[in-house]
Amino acid sequence: MSNMNLTLKIWRQAGPQDKGQLVTYRVTDISPDMSFLEMLDVLNEELNAKGEEPIAFDSDCREGICGMCGLMISGHAHGPEKTTTCQLHMRSFKDGETITVEPWRAEAFPIVRDLVVDRGAFDRIIQSGGFISANTGAAPDAHAAPVPKDKADRAFMAAECIGCGACVAACPNASGMLFMGAKITHLGELPQGQPERDARVVSMVNQHDHEGFGGCTNIGECSTACPKGIPQDVISQLNKDLRTAMKNGR
Amino acid sequence: MWRLDARYLSLMPTTTLSPRTNTARSTTIALKLLMAVTGLVFVGYLILHAYGNLKALAGEEAFNTYAHHLRTFGEPMLPYGGLLWAVRIILILSLIGHVYAAFRLWSRAGSARRTKYAAVKTAATSQWMRWGGVFILVFVVWHLLHFTIVKISPNADKQGAEITANPYQLVVASFEVWWMVIIYVLAMVALFMHLKHGFYSAQQTLGLTGSPKANARAKTLGLGVAALIVVAFLIPPLSIAFGLIN
Ligand code: HEM
Ligand code: SF4
Ligand code: FES
Repeated sequence: MSNMNLTLKIWRQAGPQDKGQLVTYRVTDISPDMSFLEMLDVLNEELNAKGEEPIAFDSDCREGICGMCGLMISGHAHGPEKTTTCQLHMRSFKDGETITVEPWRAEAFPIVRDLVVDRGAFDRIIQSGGFISANTGAAPDAHAAPVPKDKADRAFMAAECIGCGACVAACPNASGMLFMGAKITHLGELPQGQPERDARVVSMVNQHDHEGFGGCTNIGECSTACPKGIPQDVISQLNKDLRTAMKNGR
Repeated sequence: MWRLDARYLSLMPTTTLSPRTNTARSTTIALKLLMAVTGLVFVGYLILHAYGNLKALAGEEAFNTYAHHLRTFGEPMLPYGGLLWAVRIILILSLIGHVYAAFRLWSRAGSARRTKYAAVKTAATSQWMRWGGVFILVFVVWHLLHFTIVKISPNADKQGAEITANPYQLVVASFEVWWMVIIYVLAMVALFMHLKHGFYSAQQTLGLTGSPKANARAKTLGLGVAALIVVAFLIPPLSIAFGLIN
């Protein structure tokens, strides 16, 4: 595959209170083996050289495990492949293509600058209940609390969530239920998660609603967008846990 | 430096415990549960209603006897029309709850994303549920005026009490009119889309779909129940429109 020329329409916004807009840029001679973020690095070097403000975007590990990156690329969260933006390669695009790049859009994820959003709302949801309480001291014997294989597998599956926020970005309701469902399932399948189970789901969902995320209507765009393929059934688990907590008088 | 933080307030002897607002009932998931339960009430009702309509295939007497039985059911333990009214009250309460929850979630979705994407189209399912739901509501109002509250015959050749006071005759007279058939067919398309997602959604909301397999099964079930109800509803009007019943 030969190198490509692309037109980019990128959301530029100087600060949280500013009115942003899409600005058109052209990049040339982009290697199909570059990642999407490397392509943006190339553009930023050009902008720097011209004395213009580079485009602000988030990234950290650049290997698909930290959840820091995340862009809405031509209407798809993390672009057209099932992966993170940092692991998306330019070979997924066609030479001459016009690509629209927008930040995650949700009132609960306010824009900091350009493509950078503040996902502190996810941290506060975790703080409100996404933890287990454990005594300090000697580590307990690993065999003390056996976990059946199917439960361990499901907990691991749910624990794959990297908190990137693509589920919120893709959801027509801007709901954070897939993220929460993943945490609830992860901890709820393990013995260590049981003592706080009812309190956890009630606190987390209240915090979620308080942050201004929308309510889920089971549309399923979240799982389609999720780079880790977190499935819809974790939301069912979340709903079930909430219903159980309600029955238990929470 | 130590700052006064809300967390420490409960430790201070001068404050009383603040009331707990952190309840399961105050969440958006509780709203969805309301929507799911009331939606399932509708599904149950729609199945019975569609079954009743199919009696039209058995002829005038069978249909009108069924309509009469709905009113005398349970007599003398229940007053005339007692069961019918009990069902109506349940349906009205369900409708209020369902529409209330739908609009709360709809408006919440609007304020959860104030700036729209330039390049993302809202999922079609979501649009069908909301605009389709509103259309179904408008249709239900028309439908009640048509067959229950006012009893309107849209057929110029078939007017008068002997038509409107006779349930079977009113049905036949109505569906001999082409635009009535179109209204009902459009409503059934909207109902199909609503139930296909809604019946799946209700199972998901109630937490009955806790594995990928159960989730896929719930989707198939939604499709099946929606198709069953809508096809059953469409048989009598289409049979009349195509002259199989007259
Ligand atoms: C203004 C009118 C209506 C609106 C706006 C509306 C909207 C909705 C919405 C948004 C849902 C939730 C689906 C989801 O979770 O995505 C729903 C579910 C449902 N609706 Fe409606 N609806 C309306 C009227 C009706 C009527 C008249 C019926 C019955 C014929 C009905 C039957 C159902 C059923 C069975 C469900 C499934 C419950 C669930 O989703 O948990 N709806 N509706
Ligand atoms: S559930 Fe998936 S899309 Fe949502 S935050 Fe976790 S990894 Fe990202
Ligand atoms: S930068 Fe870490 S997942 Fe993309």
